[in-house]
Amino acid sequence: MAPLDRADVDTDQIIPKQFLKRIERTGYGPFLFYDWRRQPDFVLNRPEHQGAAVLVAGANFGCGSSREHAPWAIRDAGFRAVIAPSFGDIFRANSFKTGILAVSLPESQVRHLIDLASEDPKATVEIDLEAQEVRGEGFAYGFEIDPFVRECLLKGLDEIGLVERHAAAIAEHESKRQDWLPAVRA
Amino acid sequence: MGAPARTLAQKLWDSHVVQIGDAGDEPDLLYVDLHLVHEVTSPQAFEGLRMTGRHVRRPDLTLATMDHNVPTRGGARAADELSRRQMEVLAENCVREGIPLHQIGSRRQGIVHIIGPELGLTQPGMVIVCGDSHTSTHGAFGALAFGIGTSEVELVLATQCLPQRRLGDLAVNIDGELPIGVTAKDIALGLIGTVGTSGGVGHLVEYRGSTVRGLTMEGRMTLCNMSIEWGAKAGMVAPDDTTFTYMERRPHAPRGAAWEVALDYWRSLPTDVDATFDHEIALDAAQLSPFVTWGTNPGQVVAITGRVPSPRSDTDERALRYMDLKPGTAMADIAVDRVFIGSCTNARIEDLRAAARIIGGRHVHPKVRALVVPGSTTVKRAAEDEGLDLVFKAAGFEWRNAGCSMCLGMNPDILAPGERCASTSNRNFEGRQGSGGRTHLVSPPMAAAAAITGHLVDVRELV
Ligand code: SF4
Repeated sequence: MAPLDRADVDTDQIIPKQFLKRIERTGYGPFLFYDWRRQPDFVLNRPEHQGAAVLVAGANFGCGSSREHAPWAIRDAGFRAVIAPSFGDIFRANSFKTGILAVSLPESQVRHLIDLASEDPKATVEIDLEAQEVRGEGFAYGFEIDPFVRECLLKGLDEIGLVERHAAAIAEHESKRQDWLPAVRA
Repeated sequence: MGAPARTLAQKLWDSHVVQIGDAGDEPDLLYVDLHLVHEVTSPQAFEGLRMTGRHVRRPDLTLATMDHNVPTRGGARAADELSRRQMEVLAENCVREGIPLHQIGSRRQGIVHIIGPELGLTQPGMVIVCGDSHTSTHGAFGALAFGIGTSEVELVLATQCLPQRRLGDLAVNIDGELPIGVTAKDIALGLIGTVGTSGGVGHLVEYRGSTVRGLTMEGRMTLCNMSIEWGAKAGMVAPDDTTFTYMERRPHAPRGAAWEVALDYWRSLPTDVDATFDHEIALDAAQLSPFVTWGTNPGQVVAITGRVPSPRSDTDERALRYMDLKPGTAMADIAVDRVFIGSCTNARIEDLRAAARIIGGRHVHPKVRALVVPGSTTVKRAAEDEGLDLVFKAAGFEWRNAGCSMCLGMNPDILAPGERCASTSNRNFEGRQGSGGRTHLVSPPMAAAAAITGHLVDVRELV
């Protein structure tokens, strides 16, 4: 577990704009929290937090821009999950598509995890998506997750494929759209 | 008994459900009427299509533009290697998939959220998405418009649909007359200062009330644009005569008999009288003043007549340190190095007019470098037809080509470390306008006033 005891961590901090110019989906790990990492005392620079798979952060994590590069960078840096009291809506959706689990827990439980990770960097938690529980020594915190998202993550479902199953309904909707609606031509 | 009373958002939602989800299983599947695409968040989506042998289902409902990293002078050649590559890749993808593209240098190029409305592509009743969080701007027309990530861009390209869970309905009721010098930007900043940066998370917002009805379309777009800055998924305003007047005769607006049919439909969209919201917030417009941010998120904001507040949290303390400000300093005593008038929040023609009016023959302060970046090439042309470019240039502003520019600093327009900027954009995050740069969010008239005086200043002292 790595603690990031800050609220309102925006996606501009998670991955600054100069690293959005790539056309690939991977390779963003070295640029995670780029500006903050250049400060020697930044918590994620500490040796004891290297290799952590769970990031624990303050409220409204991932607010701001819609860049999916943010969860890409978190994933590429080796994290599998982020725990926070709340998340920006778009960031949370992007995380799930990236295979990063964004877990919301009450403020007091997140506080406990941040303190735990700060005092005992070796402390570990287990996140059980099936049981919807974050477990550690002496505690088990249940969490809510969208059942559809849970299903997709557990089974590794291809969301485009799932939507394509509704091809007939989509065509039906298209046949009924108002004819004044705008269309563009290349 | 008639149909149950519904909000604008509920009507927009219901009319786009292709397949109803059920609570325990899949979300609703929504149809997308317009998908806007730009160079930064789309390359991986097109690549995904290619790898799975898929194509764009409705290129005729998809429009691409170059905006985020285009240089604002010197054309594509002035771009760095990676930015140029992103623009080329977008152009290749658009050609392959038959998607219309407004390239850099073309007549209608501009910021994605400015060109949709000005082309008449943004219409009441539509669902509009884009790989950009400020897509909420289009809600000003009574559309359901929100930002999506790159995986969702790929999904919409392939299927023209998006699975979505229903969200809460939140009304922001704004009533009363706006005091002199107070703009739609100040409403947004004042609101975020009150409700905080996550006050709208998980909600679709409708801005209502007499103040909102009195706003122009430009003002409504500014207000809806900032919805995401307090966490709302979308912001919207019910369509009315102001909307219809703005839309009439725009290139993609319906014409003739179709216009009349469309009008009837659009008039059925506003929230029913008996409809209820999950939450309501009230704001008294008469109590607002010109606002300016002091910190590193848009909720850290005070009236220009106010002072830098004492920190109430670690976040505040870190923000003060980053901004190099001391509690108790009068906001109007803070000197600026740069002024940026631009972005999808405040770079429409009306914004440029409002800024130009403040200048009144005065000159940019010798210590300030000030930039005007019109939101679109169309806005730029319109401004030049009115002679606004001459007003700005004579005052010492730089007059640039359209793009996002210093709103996020992906192109060469960036702040140097430690530089302080009064900006009409929407985010004052650390490093947003350039690593180490310090941003104070303001309205266009406030930005023009700061450029002239060399410090943050109450615009009402200059009029
Ligand atoms: S102007 Fe700024 S906020 Fe608007 S789309 Fe461009 S980068 Fe995003």
